[in-house]
Amino acid sequence: MKTLLRLGRFLAPFAAAAAAGYGLEAGGAASPYWIQIFQLACIMAVSALGLNIIYGFTGLFSLGHAAFYGIGAYTAAFLMKSYGGESQLLFLASLLAGGGAAAIVAGLMGLPTLRLTSDYLGIATLGFGIIMKVLFDNADSFLPPLGGARGMTGIAKLTNVAWTVMFLGFSVLIVRNLVSSSHGRALIAIREDETAASTLGIDTFRCKMAGFVVGCAFAGLAGGLYAHLYAFLHPSNFDFFKSVDVLVIVVLGGLGNMSGTLVASFGWIFLLEGLRVILPPGYIELRWVLIPVLLIVTMLIRPQGLFGIREFPFLRGESE
Amino acid sequence: MRILEGRGLAKRFGGIKALNGVDLQLNKGELVGLIGPNGSGKTTVFNVITGIYRPDRGTISIEGMPIAGLPPNRINRLGIARTFQNIRLFRNLSVIDNVRTAYHPHVRYGPVSAVCRTERFFEGEKELHAKVMELLSLFSLQDRSGELAKNLPYGDQRRLEIARALATEPKILLLDEPAAGMNPTEVGKLMEFLLEIREKFRLTVLIIEHQMRLVMGICERVVVMDFGEVIAGGTPEEIRNEPRVIEAYLGKGPSGEN
Repeated sequence: MKTLLRLGRFLAPFAAAAAAGYGLEAGGAASPYWIQIFQLACIMAVSALGLNIIYGFTGLFSLGHAAFYGIGAYTAAFLMKSYGGESQLLFLASLLAGGGAAAIVAGLMGLPTLRLTSDYLGIATLGFGIIMKVLFDNADSFLPPLGGARGMTGIAKLTNVAWTVMFLGFSVLIVRNLVSSSHGRALIAIREDETAASTLGIDTFRCKMAGFVVGCAFAGLAGGLYAHLYAFLHPSNFDFFKSVDVLVIVVLGGLGNMSGTLVASFGWIFLLEGLRVILPPGYIELRWVLIPVLLIVTMLIRPQGLFGIREFPFLRGESE
Repeated sequence: MRILEGRGLAKRFGGIKALNGVDLQLNKGELVGLIGPNGSGKTTVFNVITGIYRPDRGTISIEGMPIAGLPPNRINRLGIARTFQNIRLFRNLSVIDNVRTAYHPHVRYGPVSAVCRTERFFEGEKELHAKVMELLSLFSLQDRSGELAKNLPYGDQRRLEIARALATEPKILLLDEPAAGMNPTEVGKLMEFLLEIREKFRLTVLIIEHQMRLVMGICERVVVMDFGEVIAGGTPEEIRNEPRVIEAYLGKGPSGEN
């Protein structure tokens, strides 16, 4: 009972956010375009929270996050396209399957690579990301519905504000509760000093594996939502540069900081789109000058990330 | 009774023989000093015992159970905890979290329980908190529990590292230069403290230390290493007069005499 009450209290603001989203849309205050951007930001936040577990909390440098995002996207889209139709229930199942597929691949990938130290892991995940991109490019040769380099079409537009906000709410809840428990502290200890952690009886390989798999599962879930938001998938959405986008968000928000990840996800997406509106026509590509400059300045002023070690009150893990 | 036994331990790094057939025994409840000039292989002995390095040759056993080649976390679970020469605390974690982390293998709730915030989680955390605070108060660190480890004064950091090691509930404690950088008063306090925790936690302790006052003051037995080999062993009194030890530290006299 107490648990349910706490859950309700935590999820209430998210429900309010979803309701506000619908209200704004219905009232005509926000165009469908901006509502879509809002959903994209939520999806980005779910994916970035996943990378924050991997890099921010566990200290595993991964350059292949977009590949796991892509695995989830293609898995969910393929399942829905082949079997799901328009069913909301099957949509949920496909999203979870997308997360699951990403988790399984992450597990297989982690078996050999998580024995490497952080820098080498970065290279290994980079290589993995490139392999996955090639695989997506040629996916039509073994599964024609995936479309390969021509892109995947015919995906139902099932993602809506309610789904994205709900998944974001649960993701935040899961990450918060995990990191403020003994299991999360074990991950952070590995980030801080892996050797010391192992001499304290912490099974570092198992913990790193758990962190990596869970983080990639979030990417997979987010990928599934993404697939059904734009109803079109293209391999270029899951290449190395997309991995870097997520990495930038996590670093900008502050490693191991959930508030920062949330703010940076929304800031990043809305800034990209907002500049499209603000900049005069013909100068839109200036975005790719302004944003890096902003990044450099932010990192100079706040190298510890936007939030450092402070969190929004609702993200502080209470142990009562 | 033998609690730890190492036989013929060898470890090389490229062409350097860091350990060259080291034998080491610890009896239950002993406080043993491990001394020797810089680079004689003392810390390598610790790294081999705790599983950070796998020995090239030789065997190690705890209470008869062979442990050479096991990963550090398994060896810790079998009862060996250590501190490091260059303090390796989780610097960006609070004092309480440093110690709580060390209790992690004893925690009785799973990740799912943590995510769902079940009663089991809250009970587990409460129990954990009580245990940690009890340990911290023994080290007079209970009032600093919220501070980041890196902000503690040096001496407190050293003691926090010992507290963290004890949180794993070891039978054998390996201390790598616990008195390094301490002034004479602090060393005196540390000596008393080590004797106290040995009683309280029924520990067997192996100490690497350069401060002879500590070694001679509290160790019942001293093992001396030089060039990766054990060159002498015995009571502090015997060691003090052992020619090979004096030679290792001071070098040979002109005619081979000291």
